[in-house]
Amino acid sequence: MQLIHLAWVDYTILLAYVAFVVGIGWALARYMKTSSDFLISGRSIPTWVTGLAFISANLGALELVGMAASGAKYGIATSHFYWVGAIPAMVFLAVFMMPFYYGSKARSVPEFLQMRFDGRVMTLNAILFAIMTVFASGISMNALAKLLNQLLGWDYNFALVICSGVVLVYVLKGGLTSAIYTEVLQFFMIVLGFAPVVYLGLKDVGGWHAMTQSLHTVAADPAALQLKPAGEVYRPNAWTGAWQPLLAGPESNPMGVDWFAMVFGLGFVLSFGYWCTNFLVVQRAMAAKNMTAARNTPLVAAVPKMFFPALVIVPGMIAIALAVTPGKNYRLPPPPIDSDRFTAAIAVLAKAPTQEFAVTYDGVSAALGQKLNKDKMEALVQSDVVASLGSVLAAEQGAQTAVETNRSALKQLKRGGTASGGDIANAENTVAQAKNTLTQAEKKYQAVAGDLSDRLRDAVAANDYDGVIFSLVKRYCPPGLLGLALTALLASFMSGMAGNVTAFNTVWTYNLYQFGRRKLIDTPRPCTLERSGKAEEVILTPKEPADRHFLWMGKFITVVGILLSIGCAYFAKQYNNAMDIIQLVFGFVNAPIFATMLLAMFWRRTNGTGAFLGLIGGIASSAVFHALTLAEGNTPGLKGGYIHVVQTFPSEMAQNFWLASFAFIGCFVLTVLISLMTEDTKSDEQLKGLVYSLTPKIKDENVPFWQRTAVVGVVLVIVCIILNIIFW
Amino acid sequence: MGLDIRLPIGLMFSLIGVLLVITGFSNGADARSLNINIDLWWGLVLLIFGGLMLFGALLGRKTPPSA
Repeated sequence: MQLIHLAWVDYTILLAYVAFVVGIGWALARYMKTSSDFLISGRSIPTWVTGLAFISANLGALELVGMAASGAKYGIATSHFYWVGAIPAMVFLAVFMMPFYYGSKARSVPEFLQMRFDGRVMTLNAILFAIMTVFASGISMNALAKLLNQLLGWDYNFALVICSGVVLVYVLKGGLTSAIYTEVLQFFMIVLGFAPVVYLGLKDVGGWHAMTQSLHTVAADPAALQLKPAGEVYRPNAWTGAWQPLLAGPESNPMGVDWFAMVFGLGFVLSFGYWCTNFLVVQRAMAAKNMTAARNTPLVAAVPKMFFPALVIVPGMIAIALAVTPGKNYRLPPPPIDSDRFTAAIAVLAKAPTQEFAVTYDGVSAALGQKLNKDKMEALVQSDVVASLGSVLAAEQGAQTAVETNRSALKQLKRGGTASGGDIANAENTVAQAKNTLTQAEKKYQAVAGDLSDRLRDAVAANDYDGVIFSLVKRYCPPGLLGLALTALLASFMSGMAGNVTAFNTVWTYNLYQFGRRKLIDTPRPCTLERSGKAEEVILTPKEPADRHFLWMGKFITVVGILLSIGCAYFAKQYNNAMDIIQLVFGFVNAPIFATMLLAMFWRRTNGTGAFLGLIGGIASSAVFHALTLAEGNTPGLKGGYIHVVQTFPSEMAQNFWLASFAFIGCFVLTVLISLMTEDTKSDEQLKGLVYSLTPKIKDENVPFWQRTAVVGVVLVIVCIILNIIFW
Repeated sequence: MGLDIRLPIGLMFSLIGVLLVITGFSNGADARSLNINIDLWWGLVLLIFGGLMLFGALLGRKTPPSA
């Protein structure tokens, strides 16, 4: 990707944002008196703030980039992640699960598991979660630093350290409250920064109707945009219909997914698993000031979330519509290529006039490491630029030699000691002239090389979908708006890190450190005392340190968490494959957890042993499923099927959704069976407030009808269904 | 928490709004943004948004925060 140049106004906007987030941290610092203020905001934040933070914590930059990419690859069906996935899950969380999370007074999701079951389930969940958050924040910071490097030419290390430093300052000062407030700021930044881009894009493609027409063209020949292998053709509405192509079967929609995997795998297992059990988002609702506010948090969040596809998916659709519209002069961005590769490719091009086209084509393709478009390459080879390339290179070479010859002549003159001053001055003059010529020749080469790089980039027959959103920002944003859009992006990366770090420090301090201390150090233990010559047996009960200690630990672990994230960012930069494996394992862990939570809250008989072994069994069944299945077009290995390929899926997405469904069922069945086979360990009294059947129903008769959680939830689901029908 | 988040939001977007309006005035319409002076218009939108947030913060200060 080519560099974007920022004007002073863009930098001013960027700096203003940084100044404000740091200022918010500073202003909140005086309220951070106890560990609960710092780690869980002392349960004091109004609903609209927690609600916006709730979606904002999920609306990381990777989501923004990824959803635009999916919008281009799959069209409007990407909105299933919202209208089938997120919204119903958020309503379910609000209506059914929040009463237990908030009412139990647990300080985190793992802590709820500890109250409901025992320390084993909690520790397993807490450790997995802590590792995951650190890696997630590292991956996101790596992406940010890489992006700033590619887009703005900043140094990778500088970008990484500066951005982490800003996050460290405001989280350390204001704790979770700071992170939540910043997330609200980021929410508005994203909405107000990207709305004009979407508006201009839609206007440019000629409005919604013209865009759908263009997308029909795309569906007729997706290979023209390298969206699909040659020969794959779809019905016209493949990119513009959410349900029709899905119901027609996996071969009729670009996602390659069947409707059952979509509804059960994505809609039920993955989305409910994410929105209802991931402490990163649930923590926002738990910070609300009372039960009603906590339950309404996901509902407040659901309203903007429902309309987010317009902001994050439509840009991808605009991009492919633009790419097929003649005269718009837009192509989907090619993958980023190092500048050394271009230099090598240009050296191959210089020989083009003297060799066969096929040799040049293969040579350039090898130099760039990319497949190329034959027609564009042919046009390029026959162009005047390439024809003149030989003479430009020769001129540069000649000027270089001239400088060297004249220089050595001058040296000889000086060394000889016989030359007159005038001769030396003359020779010096010649050297200066030769240098001048060289500079001219180099400038000319730079101009030609720049031109050629652009044309080569254009000839690359592959797309970098993650670059779609930036290509639009670059295309439409003049200075000013550019600063706003880029700051919004930077903001979402940084608040993503802050969100992960604040969830990490809470789980560490309360669930791992404090719990571990109580188990190992602050626990009553027998001790033999020597008293007046007699040995005496006493029970020592060490006192837990005061809250100040845990506040200190929370701050300390925040610093550690950020340092670990930076470490993970470098790890991700260095070992891309290792990162793929780690993300794969996260997938295994995430799929079954919703089964555990569902049984925990709604089936009284579930016990700790069942939950613990069921969860491990669920994770294992994901791993086994992955080892036995493969997506079409992939080779067995990291992508699955490394034991034996029992089942082949039409796409990776389908494989993922089925894996989640399988792991959910595995965990569910195992938990039920093991719970029934082992002893019931907790009494009804202990489970009060933790299990649905033993908890008094929340009375909301005195709340106005239209403000009741269940009523609002139903309304939201109805609106969501209407949206599904409109984009059927 | 004692800090009303509407205050910093309002201040920040008003500031960015002013910056955009100034840029819009001095640079004029840009070919990139389809010859619409988007900086000017969007700057005004941000100013209005920032103003509303500040107004909300002001109202919130007069009425004691409901617990």
